[in-house]
Amino acid sequence: MEPVLSRVLIIDLSTKTYRIKDRNPLFSERLGGAGVAIRLLNEFCPPAADPLGPENPIILAIGTLTALFPLASKCVAMFKSPLTGNLGESHAGGRTAVTMRMAEYGAIVITGRSEKPVYLSITSTEVSFHDARTLWGMARGDTVARVIRSFEGIPGNRTILRIGRAGERMVRYAAVTTETYRHFGRMGLGAVFGSKHLKAVVISGEGSIPVTDGKQYRALYDRLFDQVTKSPLMKKYHDIGTPNNILPLMALGSLPTKNLTASKLENGENLSGEEFASRFLSRRVACSHCPVSCIHIAQIRTPYPHDPYFFKTTPVCYDYELIYALGFMVGVSDP
Amino acid sequence: MSTHRLAVIDMDRCVGCQSCMFACNRRHGSGGLARTAIHISSVGGIERGFSVRVCRACRDPPCADACPNTALLKREGGGVKLNPKLCTGCKSCIDACLIQAVSWDTEKNLLIICIYCGICAKYCPYQVIELQDIKTVI
Ligand code: SF4
Repeated sequence: MEPVLSRVLIIDLSTKTYRIKDRNPLFSERLGGAGVAIRLLNEFCPPAADPLGPENPIILAIGTLTALFPLASKCVAMFKSPLTGNLGESHAGGRTAVTMRMAEYGAIVITGRSEKPVYLSITSTEVSFHDARTLWGMARGDTVARVIRSFEGIPGNRTILRIGRAGERMVRYAAVTTETYRHFGRMGLGAVFGSKHLKAVVISGEGSIPVTDGKQYRALYDRLFDQVTKSPLMKKYHDIGTPNNILPLMALGSLPTKNLTASKLENGENLSGEEFASRFLSRRVACSHCPVSCIHIAQIRTPYPHDPYFFKTTPVCYDYELIYALGFMVGVSDP
Repeated sequence: MSTHRLAVIDMDRCVGCQSCMFACNRRHGSGGLARTAIHISSVGGIERGFSVRVCRACRDPPCADACPNTALLKREGGGVKLNPKLCTGCKSCIDACLIQAVSWDTEKNLLIICIYCGICAKYCPYQVIELQDIKTVI
């Protein structure tokens, strides 16, 4: 594999064709990530494009450090937002960034609109377009991923981006989910997927990245790794996670509450990160190449009302954002 | 000389960060994942946790028996040692390993065999895997 990012994969859903372009100068000028994505958006998105029209491109881009150094685990999506009609920028973790790098792409551009629901399977050499009519309308995203997983890609070295019913119906703030617990959550990327009849994208790859000086590379890697795992830098994310913010923000009276009409919620401390950790935390998960593992998963056990001794156990991923938006903003203080 | 092997201590603590995989690949002085001998993947979706595929240094390793070219030498105490010069890439050893712990570098077209160095365990932040001295284990 080339040591630097340079390949851009351009997929047209209308004609079911794709091409791979070498865009080395773009990546050396902009380093990758948001800088490259915004350039590509400028190139591919015509003025006055309808965010839900075939002309609105989806740009996915990663940075130069991905798959080389720990923590470089985010992929950026750029598009015209169906929510605001303005720039849509959304970031997600999971395995998307590392897998894109392993498939040797610095960026992926998806344009056009498929006539019928499709999902894409992307490797370093190929893109295949698959009929996704059977997956359309499916209630659970993990089922979609399970079906796709059973015949696509390499276990551990793949990412599955997918939308749910909200995306299909073009709800303007619908998200795209990757690896169950990470999301391109902002600005309605899910609706843009839906408008293109794009149900899912699976990417897989397992390349290696040559470096000029292996010894120095390892030394720098170790410095970063030690800082991340041994110093208190990442403690907040590692221990309680982002809900660490709940109590301090409550104390300041600055937690957005009851649809922004109040600044205090009675019994709000029930929703603190500490409370979640002691009552519900059951598993911690990480994005690929991030030792911090800030993904906190709660386990909720619910009895079936008419069937004694039957329980449903639901894993729920929680973060500050969800607690404030679905707890404080709605005025619910009972987790 | 002591002989080592990797042991999985507690898979329930695995967060799926894949630091172990990147560490194994870095042994060769490169980034990425093509040459890792340890593999972490989810057990049917991340919501159900993870599993690790790595050589467990069988006492009587079937991979060595499967090799028609004696490229895999049985180590005393368990596991194998690869003589890359004798490997023709027929992948018989891969088929013989029930736990799929023999890997293939698709980029360089080379067999990957764990050398029991323990670098993966060193980079695991959660003590999921551990390098053990075979003598003390038995
Ligand atoms: S480094 Fe440890 S926690 Fe991370 S994937 Fe490997 S075994 Fe799991």
